[in-house]
Amino acid sequence: MLNKRSAYWLILPAVLVIGIFGAIPLLISLVYSFMSANPYGGVQAPMTFGAYVQMLYDQDFDGSLIFMPDYFWIAFRSLYLALATTILSLLVGFPVAWYIVCQSPTRRKILLTLVSLPFWINTLIRTYCWILILRDEGLANKLFGWLGFISHPLPLLYNQGSVLLGLVYTFLPFMVLPIYATLERLDPRLIEASYDLYANRYQLFRRVIWPLTKPGIAAGTVLVFAPALGSFLQPDLLGGGKQLLIGSLIEMQFTSSRNWPFGAALSMLVTFAVILSLAWQRWRSKRAARAQAA
Amino acid sequence: MPSEVLSDAPAAITTPTRSTAPARHLIEVVGVEKIFGDVATGHRALEAINVLIEEKEFFTLLGPSGCGKTTLLRMIAGFEHPTTGEIRLQGRDVASLPPRERPVNMVFQNYALFPHLTVSQNVAFGLEMLRWKKPDITARVQETLSLVKLSHFANRKPAQLSGGQQQRVALARALAPRPQVLLLDEPLSALDLKLRKEMQFELKRLQRETGITFILVTHDQEEALAMSDRIAVMNTGRVQQIGTPEEIYDHPTNRFVADFIGEANLIPGESLGRRSDAVIAIRPERIEIAGPGVTPRITGVVDNATFLGSDTLMEIIVPGIRLRARIRGAAKLPQGKEVGLVWETEAERELLD
Ligand SMILES: Nc1ncnc2c1ncn2[C@@H]1O[C@H](COP(=O)(O)OP(=O)(O)OP(=O)(O)O)[C@@H](O)[C@H]1O
Ligand SMILES: [Mg+2]
Repeated sequence: MLNKRSAYWLILPAVLVIGIFGAIPLLISLVYSFMSANPYGGVQAPMTFGAYVQMLYDQDFDGSLIFMPDYFWIAFRSLYLALATTILSLLVGFPVAWYIVCQSPTRRKILLTLVSLPFWINTLIRTYCWILILRDEGLANKLFGWLGFISHPLPLLYNQGSVLLGLVYTFLPFMVLPIYATLERLDPRLIEASYDLYANRYQLFRRVIWPLTKPGIAAGTVLVFAPALGSFLQPDLLGGGKQLLIGSLIEMQFTSSRNWPFGAALSMLVTFAVILSLAWQRWRSKRAARAQAA
Repeated sequence: MPSEVLSDAPAAITTPTRSTAPARHLIEVVGVEKIFGDVATGHRALEAINVLIEEKEFFTLLGPSGCGKTTLLRMIAGFEHPTTGEIRLQGRDVASLPPRERPVNMVFQNYALFPHLTVSQNVAFGLEMLRWKKPDITARVQETLSLVKLSHFANRKPAQLSGGQQQRVALARALAPRPQVLLLDEPLSALDLKLRKEMQFELKRLQRETGITFILVTHDQEEALAMSDRIAVMNTGRVQQIGTPEEIYDHPTNRFVADFIGEANLIPGESLGRRSDAVIAIRPERIEIAGPGVTPRITGVVDNATFLGSDTLMEIIVPGIRLRARIRGAAKLPQGKEVGLVWETEAERELLD
């Protein structure tokens, strides 16, 4: 039997890991976001709300504040792109996961390896490959030209579409794998029972498969949404820097702009958005549980 | 709601329209063969199956594990299709009908209840898919739950129920749409002995009260004998014999049936002065010890005798075979004693295969 004291010792490693890799960096970011920028990088006194004010207001020469919605639109665009990435990943990822589950065990293993294969190659390299495919004299345009569909190359690169493509491509496995895991545990006899009880395919999905795979869908949504919101590689490379997103903006504050407090404040904004989406999900699943219990 | 979804939903359980010849049987399985995988190299699970099932009948498919009972049941439900042969429902070939268009419901072997739905939601599922009206659904769910004595558990989830209660939910769910045929795949195999006996009785009652044709799959011969109007005994993909429990028990037509149903002594024909290619089957309870002055049919030596309360089970060694006899009362015969055995001639069954 363990006594209370040794039980505490046993959870210490978990506490340390969460503390060192999660809580402390977050705390440092929080503190930095309330300090002033050191023009050579880093932060200095005094404490101020300046970084947060800067998100929506520009300071004029005489010190008066002018409303400036640029950063708001960047945040909005990031949110919208992250949401679009999540929805597209779900629309593509669910059928992919379903397809894999329907295969024989050996083929499942092969297909799962293929899905996780990109993890072994650096994201930067994979994103550059998309440039090679999408640019004017790239693979896609050459193929279309060769097939006779087009006479001038299509502008496939450096727009919102190419950024979205890059994001969906990068984060799709994070949607497929958790959904696959829940689908694999789904009892196939429940599907037969649904058909036996007169369900059509739409009803089967809506009433049985969707509710039973919700945990996997929720996990996939968070795993795609959170990194998509903070991404900067894909917008930079595939958007050509024309589509500034919050991830790139944050990265700039810590590098070229040397405004660490502002970068930290923006990070807090992203973190807050992610926490909010998690809380919303929790609230929804709790409400659903309550509705079923009633 | 997209129109295609609406259009392929049946308004009610559709009764297959009768073809020109009037149907005499509710279900006709005619010359059915099932080969899994490639026709040339695959596994033949069923061959030459011919079964006719009547309306309101309690029909049982009985046989050892792997004989193809589930496969036949799943073909009637629409989950498998015959490689050759036909399955007719009220005279109409149902080969092209998917499960959802057959007025047939199934109780699955491990129940397959929807874990995210409550008991009453599980029972309502089929009715909702058929787009019944809300008040009608509520009424039918209540009625069906009281039929299986589960009214108090309407709001529980399946995980909060005992095995026996889950079994009843599965029954209620399949019965709620009042199908013409209820298919039950080893519904009682997961229950303990006492509960199983109770549920056998319950199933009988449900079948009587609803007037629905039940097709039960089991490998338990006692269960089959106790519950069925008629039994089809199966082995290695073939039907061995079809008949009432009495017919199957008293008049087995081949060695497999005689051996599988109840207990049987199989005596080579020549030991009794009969055809040498025949085997004579005799039930242990038909054998008696020959009294003084009675000519025994066969003599042997007592090997052991076990007193079972109301009767005694004796093993008697006759040259070449070991016979089992159930003697009424306590028969005090020591081991090694020579005894003569008698039985009425009509207790003998001559079996040729
Ligand atoms: N989908 C399938 N693919 C290939 N072979 C199958 C398939 N389903 C069943 N079989 C084979 O067909 C035979 C009959 O199987 P079935 O499930 O009908 O037996 P059963 O009589 O229900 O046995 P049990 O009492 O063990 O449930 C078995 O040999 C089985 O291995
Ligand atoms: Mg079976």
